[in-house]
Amino acid sequence: MASRNTSSTSRQLVAALRMMLVLTGLLGVVYPAAVWVVGRVGFDDQARGSLVRRDGVVVGSSLLGQNFTGERWFTGRPSASNYSGDTSGGSNLAASSPDQRKAVRERADGYDAAYGTNAPADALTASGSGLDPQISVANARAQAPRVARANGLTEQAVRRLVDEHTQGRTLGFLGEPRVTVLELNLALERMTR
Amino acid sequence: MSDTVAGLLTIALLVALLAAAWHPLGAWIARVFSDGRHWRVERLVYRAVRVDPDSEQGWRAYATSVVAFSVVGLVLLFALIVAQTHLPLRQGSAGMGLTTAVNTAISFVTNTNWQSYAGEVGMTPIVQTVGLTVQNFVSAAVGLAVAVALMRAIARRGEGVIGNFWVDLVRGVVRILLPVAFVGAVLLLAGGVIQNLSAPTTVTGVSGVEQVIRGGLVASQEAIKELGTNGGGYFNANSAHPFENPNPATNLLEIFLLLVIPFALTRTFGLMVGDRRQGWALAGFAGLLWGTGVALVTWAEVHAASAATGSMEGKEQRFGVWASALFAASTTGTSTGAVNSMHESYSPLGGGVLLGNMVLGEISPGGVGSGLYGIVIVALLAVFVAGLMVGRTPEYLGKTIGRREMTCAATYILVMPVLVLAFTGLSLALDGPRSTMLASGPHGLTEVMYAYASASNNNGSAFAGLTADNPWYNLTLGACMLIGRFLPMLLVLRLAGLLVEQQSRPATTGTMPTHTPLFVGLLTGIAVVVAGLTFFPALALGPIAEALS
Repeated sequence: MASRNTSSTSRQLVAALRMMLVLTGLLGVVYPAAVWVVGRVGFDDQARGSLVRRDGVVVGSSLLGQNFTGERWFTGRPSASNYSGDTSGGSNLAASSPDQRKAVRERADGYDAAYGTNAPADALTASGSGLDPQISVANARAQAPRVARANGLTEQAVRRLVDEHTQGRTLGFLGEPRVTVLELNLALERMTR
Repeated sequence: MSDTVAGLLTIALLVALLAAAWHPLGAWIARVFSDGRHWRVERLVYRAVRVDPDSEQGWRAYATSVVAFSVVGLVLLFALIVAQTHLPLRQGSAGMGLTTAVNTAISFVTNTNWQSYAGEVGMTPIVQTVGLTVQNFVSAAVGLAVAVALMRAIARRGEGVIGNFWVDLVRGVVRILLPVAFVGAVLLLAGGVIQNLSAPTTVTGVSGVEQVIRGGLVASQEAIKELGTNGGGYFNANSAHPFENPNPATNLLEIFLLLVIPFALTRTFGLMVGDRRQGWALAGFAGLLWGTGVALVTWAEVHAASAATGSMEGKEQRFGVWASALFAASTTGTSTGAVNSMHESYSPLGGGVLLGNMVLGEISPGGVGSGLYGIVIVALLAVFVAGLMVGRTPEYLGKTIGRREMTCAATYILVMPVLVLAFTGLSLALDGPRSTMLASGPHGLTEVMYAYASASNNNGSAFAGLTADNPWYNLTLGACMLIGRFLPMLLVLRLAGLLVEQQSRPATTGTMPTHTPLFVGLLTGIAVVVAGLTFFPALALGPIAEALS
């Protein structure tokens, strides 16, 4: 009873080839296309990358951090890839490595000089993706006075803006409280315009 | 709410979800592989492929099918990768060198998903979808099939056949992986994972700095990447990339997906061998190892968090330390290898535990199928050791574990350590490979050993500082993945062939029960001692030395 018709190796290889092609059609074409259709119909914004527009022009994705240069902006975490969309990734440095110690020391000194306070952990370290869109609440609050000065706003107004854009843990316990820098900066810009 | 309470609640919710899925999913898998009837769509496939779904195979024929299917998959995927820059939707991809292509093809066919390329520039959307997504499904289904064949062999008495590989493969895909992956993909989409074919577009950011925003059919690939314990990221940053894992809820879903089948298979095992308590015991064993791993990694990372850098290097703000450690312990314990944080930046102890999870042999609870048969091998070793202690012929679930069965099990256990230690030693002895390490000293040793442990166990995660995209690493890691996947698989099928022929030995008062907490303790002890004796010297020079210095 054991496999009269599926025993020889060459027959098996031919069957394997046919099977691979059939399954490629199902799993490599039909399945992704079906998910794509669901995206188009039900979750168009998410499927396209949660793009953020200013005056109708795409300026980024609310999911991706970006480089903000200039005193008037809140800035994101250090990025090993300088927020490039083509080379995501982290520094891969261990805490014990001399390069990492040096980098952390420089960031700590810079932060202290700019804000007169000890830097929170997220401001001292590069993220895993290099595209982390968010910073800790403490980090955003520490930056508020500098941002207020540069934009000619009251510290109080900017603090309130940070509070409005603070996102708590999902369901109260999943993940970390955080502030999405891109959204915060866009709101800041609307305020000063 | 404090980080600790929030973290503990996250773990509790995950365990509750897994427990809720364990019963029905485990039972469903058992039914799928015992069902006498074929679905209509499956009949269509069998007709197109021209295999007879109602004839069963002995272990040799089954193994030949496994190898034939994998060889064909390997050749096709390699051809697709080499041809990718000449196919449509190139989207600026630079393509891959030959040894990188060999490494990548092996990697996805062996369910490893080690990546010595960066997804953004190394892969076109065509290969990601038609090549990698497909292998994510079928490599997991192959592991599932082999595990099921072993379960049948234990359950059957005095027979010669262990099932039909083509039927097991198709059912695993059509009835288990595809439906769950589809639901998972839709949930991920809702959470923000992208699914589009847009070319990379350069946008001018809010403060005027340009940034490239990439597209991709990510949601469909992400779901099966976790569910099939594959782990190959669409993007270089893997599940740390916001387009793959946008928020804490998708993060929990991804951890759930990568654990759900390996744990449910212990229930399937209990049902298929006709004694549910056996499934409980294996689940208890895997759960104990997983829980210990999670606890140790979390403790190590939280403890390191008291330093100024807060151990946030390589971790994302939205996940924080707890959800990163949970993901890391789960991905290394299931041979998935997806990462939501960069393992090389973990503390020495945290990174050491992740490495330890792999050198245990991927049994906490291990990959889809491969985890289950890995656990059964440890169980055979445990009854053998117990049998030696009392001077009784060892048996497991009514089957005698004699010389030939033990030879299979012992060889299985030896394959992975030999690959890891031999190639790590060789890489450190040669000047060329040594120069591609990012770190030096103990951390450098861990980096290289992590790579070979990851490849030989078909995990695929990396201490990514190692520059592994060169011929030496591409080819030696490729060899480790290939041998580490298929040699154990063939030994398991050989073992299945031996077991299925045996009649059942009736249980007597002298039979050691294999469903008790005592046996779970024995299993755990054996697993830890075997890995410890094998790897302690190397671990002492790597993570342990680094932690102490």
